[in-house]
Amino acid sequence: MNSYKKAIHKNFKENTFFRWGCIITVLILLLVVVGLFWMPYEPTAMNAAEKLKGISLRHPMGTDNMGRDVLSRVMYGSRITLLIAAGTVAIGTVAGTIIGALTGYFGGMLDEIIMRIIDALFAFPSILLALVIVSIFGIGWIQLLLALGIAFVPSFARIVRGEVLRCRNMDYVENARLQGVSDFRMIFVHILPNIRGVLMSSILIGFNNAVLAEAGLSYLGIGSQPPYASLGKMLSDAQQYMFGNPSYVLCPGIVIVLMVLGFSFLGEGISRWK
Amino acid sequence: MKRGSFSRRISAILLMIVMTTLTIALSGCSSDKAGDSSKLTVGIPQDIDSLDPHYATGAGTKEVLFNVFEGLVKPDENGNLNPAVASEYTVSEDNKVYTFTLRDGIKFHDGSQVTVEDIKYSLDRNAGTDGSEPLISAFSQIESVNIVDDSHVEVVLKEADSDFLTQLTVAIIPAANTDPATKPIGTGPYKYVSSSPQENFVVTRFDDYWGEKAFIKDVTFKIEANADAVVMDLKGGSIDMYARVTSQQAAQLDDNFTLYEGTMNLVQAMYINNAEKPFDDVRVRQALCYAINPQEVMDFVSDGAGAEIGSAMFPSFTKYFMPELNDTYDTDTAKAKELLIDAGYPNGFEFTIKVPSNYPQHVDTAQVLSEELKSIGVTANIQEIEWNTWLSDVYSDRNYQATVVGVDASTLSATSLLARYVSDAGRNFVNFNSPEYDEAYKAALANSDDAEKTEYFKQCERILSEQAASVYIQDLPEFVALNKKFTGYVFYPLYVQDISKIKPAE
Repeated sequence: MNSYKKAIHKNFKENTFFRWGCIITVLILLLVVVGLFWMPYEPTAMNAAEKLKGISLRHPMGTDNMGRDVLSRVMYGSRITLLIAAGTVAIGTVAGTIIGALTGYFGGMLDEIIMRIIDALFAFPSILLALVIVSIFGIGWIQLLLALGIAFVPSFARIVRGEVLRCRNMDYVENARLQGVSDFRMIFVHILPNIRGVLMSSILIGFNNAVLAEAGLSYLGIGSQPPYASLGKMLSDAQQYMFGNPSYVLCPGIVIVLMVLGFSFLGEGISRWK
Repeated sequence: MKRGSFSRRISAILLMIVMTTLTIALSGCSSDKAGDSSKLTVGIPQDIDSLDPHYATGAGTKEVLFNVFEGLVKPDENGNLNPAVASEYTVSEDNKVYTFTLRDGIKFHDGSQVTVEDIKYSLDRNAGTDGSEPLISAFSQIESVNIVDDSHVEVVLKEADSDFLTQLTVAIIPAANTDPATKPIGTGPYKYVSSSPQENFVVTRFDDYWGEKAFIKDVTFKIEANADAVVMDLKGGSIDMYARVTSQQAAQLDDNFTLYEGTMNLVQAMYINNAEKPFDDVRVRQALCYAINPQEVMDFVSDGAGAEIGSAMFPSFTKYFMPELNDTYDTDTAKAKELLIDAGYPNGFEFTIKVPSNYPQHVDTAQVLSEELKSIGVTANIQEIEWNTWLSDVYSDRNYQATVVGVDASTLSATSLLARYVSDAGRNFVNFNSPEYDEAYKAALANSDDAEKTEYFKQCERILSEQAASVYIQDLPEFVALNKKFTGYVFYPLYVQDISKIKPAE
């Protein structure tokens, strides 16, 4: 435990990517966590007298076309966006790891069949998949989560499969096999912990992609329902006021940029771990 | 070696083509900039769906074809029906026979005279007298269209209907035209020149027009598929006019444009499914009416523009509109709560508003309503749905609790707005059920005296308001942007753009 602390401390000092990644991510998480307990205004409270106001002390990020406080809405919106991104990555990682590990470890016919299906899924545009799911199950953030989650399975499956293939013939695996370890234990206890570095950085990259994909899909109008809005939905609502009231579109935009930047720095920092 | 010279030649040709195109394109630009006011380019939001006026379905198509085709009668900006292809008409005592006199010397765009055969042909085509389904459902009322003599035609109805004239705005087209779908010929102030799908629809002034001739010679309707590009195109000069710009777009326009403010001629309301619990209780519906504030909705959604309504009628229908109904429910939260307690919902309730996602103004309205309803403890969740899903789920299957949309009028008759509230009407998607209303509506149809008829229609509106059939909000504002090179835009109580009234500014 102590060595962990030391390593983090050391990396925080010497690893620029890791340091900035931590700082930005903590800032964003702070925004979300504080929002759980306190927000300057109710995110749905409208005020006709303060429509489309710029940045001020009363409204640090200005107000939107209904006079709602943009900071409060950003706090609430980043919560939705983070939740969707986390859920997406969770679905992708769990399903992808299981599929990748099994196919990589056993190989053979099963591997061929499943990987061709994964290839097909890979070639399928995620926006199209999301639209299909939404048109069947209706608009909503659960549907969005499902669509994005499915779309994220192939990339995780491929990465894990490649890593498992690489580890399968390594000495420690051979050793364990001689000791009569079961296949299940072999995959999940012996091999998986050895590929966690690669998995960790692909999770962080996946997280970024999920934030961007959520923003993109919400921008198309599928996803969170009014009066609440995820960051992507806020961007799409704000675009028509872009010239008249730039702060409305800039603030959620900057938060998305920071969120993505923070996580990608963190991922980069982990892959350059000292 | 040979290959090299060949490809060089090709590139020389290509270069030439590019240069020529550029020259043409650039010269096109410069002539636009020169302020040529004999040419008007109007931006329209969607493509023309059919050049055949009888088969055109989209409101966006009909508003354009209004300039090319005319019916026996033609609506004007005040909501009156004026004789057009017919010069005069008489209605029989029993409201069953309408007799029209053909306007003397009226010509089609191809130069041929309009004959009584053409009128019969056009009406029969819509009524489906050859056994096919009538193109206009109201035309199934027609018993027969008879040619009396060379200049008179009579339309005989199966049942008395004193309001049938409003249906006779249907286009009169030449019987001799074998291909109306690609060669549109009408009698309107503009004649068709050409059209390209997804691009434009070009017309030119018809100099033999019977009435007041159009001012501007060449008019192009340019399809603006991308709504975000409208402001840029207006400013850049590639379009001179665009109807229905949003108030945000309007704010971005500079001094080179005149902004006309009118209304969209819609009954925007939170339509409630009257058959669904808890809305089957009139007290609940009234409570919702007391809880919301239309003026506040207008303030939020369109900076205060728009016209408040209190029943299923919009203000442009001056003859039928009753401004006093706006005050049936003045916002009163205490009263609303009281009604909810009486109805057995002391702690409020929860329901879902389904709203079509392609209409931002309705989505915004739903958000304001949801916020307002919180004050009486009612939770309104919003569910955005696609327009086609709205049509099938809400409009056809009536599988919804509440929805926010605008309902328009297809003809200049009060029936086009009020018919849907009759208990067994196919379009009664709010499931309104009131014997009292059915009676008043029937009495209005049966009556031939215009004043009494109007009084019955007003009675219908009063019932809708008192029974709180829906939460009526407003007639949405409409802004039309017109380049200052032109002037004279007029609003109609129908969904049309009358280009013939627009003239070059001095």
